[in-house]
Amino acid sequence: MHGRTLAGIARALRAREFSSEELVSHLLARIERLDGELNSFVTVTGEAAVAAARAADRQLAGGSAPPLAGVPIAHKDIFCTAGVKTTCGSRMLDNFISPYDATVVERLRDAGVIMLGKTNMDEFAMGSSNETSYYGPVRNPWDLTRVPGGSSGGSAAAVAARLVPAATGTDTGGSIRQPAALAGITGIKPTYGRVSRYGMIAFASSLDQAGVLTQTAEDAALLLKAMSGHDPRDSTSVNAPVPDYAAGLGESLEGLKIGVVEEFMDQGLDADNAAAIEAALKVFEALGATVQRISLPNIGLSVPTYYVVAPAECSSNLSRFDGVRFGYRAKAPRDLEDLYKRSRGEGFGAEVKRRIMTGTYVLSAGYYDAYYLKAQRSRQLIAADFRRAFETVDVIVGPTSPTPAFELGAKVDDPVTMYLNDIYTIGVNLAGLPGLSAPCGFINGLPVGLQIVGRAFDEGRILNVAHRYQQETDWHARAPGGAFA
Amino acid sequence: MKLSRHEVESIAHLARLEISADEIPVYVDNLSRIIDFVQQLERADTEGVTPMAHPLNMTQPLREDAVTEADQRELYQRNAGAVEAGLYLVPRVIE
Repeated sequence: MHGRTLAGIARALRAREFSSEELVSHLLARIERLDGELNSFVTVTGEAAVAAARAADRQLAGGSAPPLAGVPIAHKDIFCTAGVKTTCGSRMLDNFISPYDATVVERLRDAGVIMLGKTNMDEFAMGSSNETSYYGPVRNPWDLTRVPGGSSGGSAAAVAARLVPAATGTDTGGSIRQPAALAGITGIKPTYGRVSRYGMIAFASSLDQAGVLTQTAEDAALLLKAMSGHDPRDSTSVNAPVPDYAAGLGESLEGLKIGVVEEFMDQGLDADNAAAIEAALKVFEALGATVQRISLPNIGLSVPTYYVVAPAECSSNLSRFDGVRFGYRAKAPRDLEDLYKRSRGEGFGAEVKRRIMTGTYVLSAGYYDAYYLKAQRSRQLIAADFRRAFETVDVIVGPTSPTPAFELGAKVDDPVTMYLNDIYTIGVNLAGLPGLSAPCGFINGLPVGLQIVGRAFDEGRILNVAHRYQQETDWHARAPGGAFA
Repeated sequence: MKLSRHEVESIAHLARLEISADEIPVYVDNLSRIIDFVQQLERADTEGVTPMAHPLNMTQPLREDAVTEADQRELYQRNAGAVEAGLYLVPRVIE
């Protein structure tokens, strides 16, 4: 049962091939047996999941079931879940029981989806390797000595190991696409504003967006449809109709104009990685698409721009953690300042503190113009490059990550080396565009991702491009062997 | 650019973060490297470019100034470390 896609599971449940309770119990047993090594879950909500599965089975028998009734998934532990611990991978929230559900959680439940648990992540979504979590690193099921990417590393590892058919994630600079690439699965970050962020713990509010990690583009289309749409409780949520993404899958790619970013292909891309991308482009050409080189002249500014904007916003967002209203509280404070300083100093890990301090520095008196305002100007240049490119092409295709999964500990000593993992993904967040990563090959047994970027609110097109690719190739169907088979 | 120990201590104070004395050199090194890295932005020609405030250049929607939330103080205060009579407790601030 566990190898099936989410769409396949939804069909099998409707055909009564197996019950939701059988499936949920099977997956919970797999998590119990295999997750000790992977560490992809922070919390498993087994009892509630079995009860929800029984209820879904009754709905399925009664013929009144919502579209995804009885389908199990996991939520990244950044989404608030009422009555369930919501940690954001931090000691700061180790004791936090959310009083309410995130809109994403609520909408997926309304669509019939069952939560199996909450997945591990880099602390407050700050990291590219899932090594900054208070709950320890997540391991990559393709090679347990390697990282699964981050920050949605638990979601990526759990889906790759087929512990769940799909999981939610969030992406501020690549945190869905990069782990999807390193774990050999599909992941989509929608357009800024497409999915409500109500109840999604904030990191950098001009960049954060929720999405999903799945086995296939079709599965992503089904979940994205269920979780998208306007939400008055999130002021950045866009009031625009949500297309039926799954209904648009399978459309011809005849005449599709694909842009390939020369700055990405020519500068320092590993030869094997480039070969995998070139091979994918051949598949698209055979499907009737045309490929042309394009230039994003300011894309080289995206990583330094991001590492001013994101820490600045993080330092502001994380000022809410004061040890008073919720979260970690230091013992025996001498005075109010000591309570704030020690609650934050003891509750946050090293990377979060680095980013808060970087953000505080770039926003501080005398430096604001030189760093923050300068970064907001260069962000405009990067976004304008994308706008110009989309006047001549329909999608932009290229690498997701500069390397396949690296070894645990390989990049933890130098924050800047770690930051460069997101060189291909960050520009997309700065421009607010939708981006997807789909598996497109292997290097030394490790998966490689193909990134597909679209115009704002053109999720349907990038999902269809990935879907047509997945109809022609079987990289997405490969799963780790050994204990995970 | 190398930040000084004093600068890092003052940033940590502004951010209300307790950093132990032996951690300070590590943050001096890390933050200096990060600031060095982002200084590449100096090379960007941004003369006359409007700073970007929203990725899709949208504005904040307004709503009517009406009460929409129910009072759930007890539920919310369950997550607080110290409460008494419906109030959050902090160390004394007024002598």
